[in-house]
Amino acid sequence: MSRADTPDAAERPGAQRDPAPVTAGAGAPAGRRLPPSLGLFRSELLITFRRGRTLVLLGVLAAVPVLVGIAVRIETGGGPSRGPGGGPGGPAFLAQVSNNGLFLVFTALAVTLPFFLPMAVGVVAGDALAGESAAGTLRYLLVAPAGRTRLLLTKYATVTVFCLAATLVVAVSALAVGALLFPLGDLVTISGTRIGYGEGLLRALLIALVVAASLTGIAALGLFVSTLTGSGIAAMAATVGLLITVQILDQIPQLHAIHPYLFTHHWMSFADLMREPVYWDALVRNLGLQALYAAVFGSAAWARFAAKDITA
Amino acid sequence: MAPFDSEDSTTTAAAAGDVREPRRRFARYGVPVTVMGVAAAAIGLVPALADSGDPDLPKLTAEQLVQKIAESDVEQLSGTVKITTDLGLPDLGGLESGLLSGAVGGAGGGSAADPSAKLTELATGTHTLRIAADGPERQKVSLLEDAAEYSFIHDGQDVWGYDSRSNEVYHATVADGAERPEKDVPATPKDFAEEALKAVDDTTSVTVDGTARVAGRDAYRLVVKPRQSGSTVGAISVAVDAKTGVPLKFTLTPASGGAAVVDVGFTQVSFAKPDASTFDFTPPKGAKVTEADPAAESAEKGKDGKPAEATRPGHGTESGPAGELDGMRVLGEGWNAVATFGTGGEGLPTATGGGDLDGFLGSFGDQVKGGFGKGTVFSTRLINALVTDDGTVYVGAVTKDALVKAAESAR
Repeated sequence: MSRADTPDAAERPGAQRDPAPVTAGAGAPAGRRLPPSLGLFRSELLITFRRGRTLVLLGVLAAVPVLVGIAVRIETGGGPSRGPGGGPGGPAFLAQVSNNGLFLVFTALAVTLPFFLPMAVGVVAGDALAGESAAGTLRYLLVAPAGRTRLLLTKYATVTVFCLAATLVVAVSALAVGALLFPLGDLVTISGTRIGYGEGLLRALLIALVVAASLTGIAALGLFVSTLTGSGIAAMAATVGLLITVQILDQIPQLHAIHPYLFTHHWMSFADLMREPVYWDALVRNLGLQALYAAVFGSAAWARFAAKDITA
Repeated sequence: MAPFDSEDSTTTAAAAGDVREPRRRFARYGVPVTVMGVAAAAIGLVPALADSGDPDLPKLTAEQLVQKIAESDVEQLSGTVKITTDLGLPDLGGLESGLLSGAVGGAGGGSAADPSAKLTELATGTHTLRIAADGPERQKVSLLEDAAEYSFIHDGQDVWGYDSRSNEVYHATVADGAERPEKDVPATPKDFAEEALKAVDDTTSVTVDGTARVAGRDAYRLVVKPRQSGSTVGAISVAVDAKTGVPLKFTLTPASGGAAVVDVGFTQVSFAKPDASTFDFTPPKGAKVTEADPAAESAEKGKDGKPAEATRPGHGTESGPAGELDGMRVLGEGWNAVATFGTGGEGLPTATGGGDLDGFLGSFGDQVKGGFGKGTVFSTRLINALVTDDGTVYVGAVTKDALVKAAESAR
């Protein structure tokens, strides 16, 4: 039985916490009940990034650029690309990878963004509250005088940090693999103009940030799903299932009327940062849409979570 | 297990600074709903508000406006152009563009960077182009694709085509100042407007129809309409920049109504001198470079204009690719001009005849009979074509009835 269900809580404002949870809470990691929000945030971060599941996810993401890099290297035999490197069906920027390793960053992000990255985010976001609920640790978290809203914000901030971390893992791994396997140097933008390697790196960083921001929509969606159920696995499956559904809907031409409102629709717009001059229209639309999803599903999660009976 | 709705526990919890509990738990869902509503309203209203209020400009006659376009001496501009074409072709998906680019690109050596191969893509759907020009010697047109771009760059004597998706480069050289390659790529509203104004004669009415705002600039709207009936062209509307006389938007609406067949307009435009590096192109390392064969080049030029000819009303079919075919004649005049030529072959066997392919092609057309025998009419929203059984082809931007009548009178 949780604190909130205790009928006599009204008479005992100072004694809201049932003795039992408090005792059990003392057995939980000490960092879990730090009152200052930064402390709560820090402990959430530590818990998330120390989890074996998170590390495996990041490891898989780091392996993708290695795979792509080795495949391109074997295919081109180390020399400059011969023939059409990437057909119309190949991933973006693939044709340029063998000529400039920096393009591996863009290719790797283009390969992982449609599925791997959002799936990882969906797992972490779906698990955020439902996982705690399933493990029976959620009510101990609420015992800390942080408030539900703050806990939710902390959870969302943690998932956002994971979005950034996952993207940077892909980008850094791709940068390393690209530097090892392929030549570096000045690069040619997709508009045909030439930019220096330093500016190329800067654009790669900018692209990584935009990709991370592209994932904040599904992070909020996952967090909302996470407030609906008490089972972590159900929340993860539902989030990833939603992602796949939306990706499929985005492929159906007859539904083009709703496409601009699907959170995945403008994801590939990060490539517009490689144009010269940068074409901002789709980028701005993408970031705006992500902010809208974050606002709608974030507040829906708040509406649900703040009013929810926490029984576990 | 009492739920959360007790007034007492609400007060207490709030006082304790812990969980703020709901008075009515569903009231909270008003927040996401409100956010969504505000967003929907913003999406719906902001463009509407931005569009409202046509600018107040001094009155001009149609002649003055046409004069203004002709006198426009803007040589430096850059901007983004959105081009939408809806010819009402049967939707064959990728097959169609594959066949088209395959057919046209074949002559150019099959390079993905060949301009003629890319040009056919513009014939259907919506595309975003970026345009930069600095005098007659330096122009650049880029076709923005998903995570890729096709750039067509003219810098002095060099003409480059760069396809970033396949990392292929097409290169040709032109005699100094002999030719303006922008003619190969009719991409700007200006190119379209010039073609439309060529068609102006006594069969045409030209009026100024108020003002508009295009790409944040004040513009006059010039409307060109055929006087004759029988044309599939309903009206051509050209928005002309009030300051510079540069056409900013070109819209061709069919007589049958509905969406515009061709809609080309700047979404953003600047008349400042573009950065010099814009036109500076060196093939990237490892890119496959296809050099244009100088002999083939001149032949190519004829073909390059193809899609532009197809969208040009009236006189359009007089020149262009059809000129290579035997016995090309033009029937009628003005907007109702119909081009006719013999294919020298059997023509298209109607209905049951021939193999699978003939039946397949025939299924797109309507069977008609007349003084010319039997034939098949292929219709799009702008161009209709009649192929008779004896192999004669009639093409024009006229209605099906007018086309059949023209074919009968030709006998």
